[in-house]
Amino acid sequence: MNAKMVDFGGWDMPLHYGSQLDEHHKVRSDAGMFDVSHMLAVDIEGEGGRAFLRQLVANNIDKLTQPGKALYSCMLNPDGGVIDDLIIYFLTESHFRMVVNAGTADKDMAWMLSQRDRIAPGLEITPRRDLAMIAVQGPNARAKVWQVLPGSQTDTENLKLFQAAFFDKYFIARTGYTGEDGFEITLPATDAMNFWNKLHAAGVAPAGLGARDTLRLEAGMNLYGQDMDETINPLEAGLGWTVDLKSDRDFIGKQALLDKPVTQQLTGLVLLDRGVLRSHQKVVTQNDGGEGEITSGGFSPTLNQSIALARLPLGVSPGDEVQVVVRDKQLKAKVVKYPFVRNGKILV
Amino acid sequence: MSIPNDLKYTKSHEWVRLEDDGTATIGITQHAQELLGDMVFVETPAVGRQLKQGDECAVVESVKAAADVYAPITGEVTSANPELASAPEKINQDAYAAWLFRLKPANTADLEKLLDSAGYQKLLESEDH
Repeated sequence: MNAKMVDFGGWDMPLHYGSQLDEHHKVRSDAGMFDVSHMLAVDIEGEGGRAFLRQLVANNIDKLTQPGKALYSCMLNPDGGVIDDLIIYFLTESHFRMVVNAGTADKDMAWMLSQRDRIAPGLEITPRRDLAMIAVQGPNARAKVWQVLPGSQTDTENLKLFQAAFFDKYFIARTGYTGEDGFEITLPATDAMNFWNKLHAAGVAPAGLGARDTLRLEAGMNLYGQDMDETINPLEAGLGWTVDLKSDRDFIGKQALLDKPVTQQLTGLVLLDRGVLRSHQKVVTQNDGGEGEITSGGFSPTLNQSIALARLPLGVSPGDEVQVVVRDKQLKAKVVKYPFVRNGKILV
Repeated sequence: MSIPNDLKYTKSHEWVRLEDDGTATIGITQHAQELLGDMVFVETPAVGRQLKQGDECAVVESVKAAADVYAPITGEVTSANPELASAPEKINQDAYAAWLFRLKPANTADLEKLLDSAGYQKLLESEDH
């Protein structure tokens, strides 16, 4: 498929299949697909899965009451740092499925097994490297999947966002990492090539890691390793909405979060001068010269200008102007509320 | 991949063409453009700036990364391509037509020390391995 390949966490991944910009626009306007099989599905089976997850993750697993429902959460270390961000699907009381990042999969497994031994020794935790994952995203994505998998529409057309259902050997979830509608489909790895080719024949454009990154940045979605990691408080990384501090449930990292003062916030930036914002560039604010840093930056193909996520002091508000240090210059940028783009529409 | 015979090249993937009026036109090669992918921003040096060979003098940024452009030879900048500010994708469309800037060489003989097309071809082959 003439893909430009790069190494990504030990996986040989396509960066793009020709033009990253074309792939980006195709997802916003029609349908594109990503091979995200580097992400790891982990099955949690047996008695006590819910009790285990109550302690393991920062979001409240008890929000999942209906089979097929999914929850986005951080898994924290005892210091409140983010070990990984992940999605948990509730299938049955004795079967939860988790999807974790590629680069963190090994440490996630080791952490979960050690916590399992402490909390719920009878639980089976199984990495499913036999499964592949294909994300089909865009306004026409679901229709294309229905076209390629005859009969699947009945079982999946009523899925709400963050809901999933099995169809034959396909686990079809209405989730994604682009800000567009679509499905993420988990299937046996042995069937993945055939399914991919069928989608391609139906007009779904293959898209690489490059477009995946610009799409998720426009959608204001965090990227593990850039916007947060084990040294970052999720409340300072725009993930407060995923951390349940209200219920009296105790979870790993909770006490540390309650003890630590929050001094920073994740904000959106739109560059007003010419140039491109990149991660690690320094941001100087008007508030007593308070400083921050860009965590993810790049060129937004939809806005046709550069945008970024930046960790800035709490005093900064949308509408404020800040300076970003780019090489030997200071460039002007405006603080905005993100997401920048949702469902094809510019929001800033 | 086409590597024009009438140009000189650097190891850092710039091309140079000596014009009839004695100035040298500089751009980045087809290979460099392919590595970087879709261009979204170009910063060219100010006219009148004195450049020494090897100076960082321009920046090309793609959706993927920012890359410095180095002065292939010593000289004074005489003009910069005005089209690239609004249409950086011209570099993707034709890297050998979308020049970045021109300079007046301090010493035209410096050009002779750069790679010719065969030398640049060899460099690309060695980088491939």
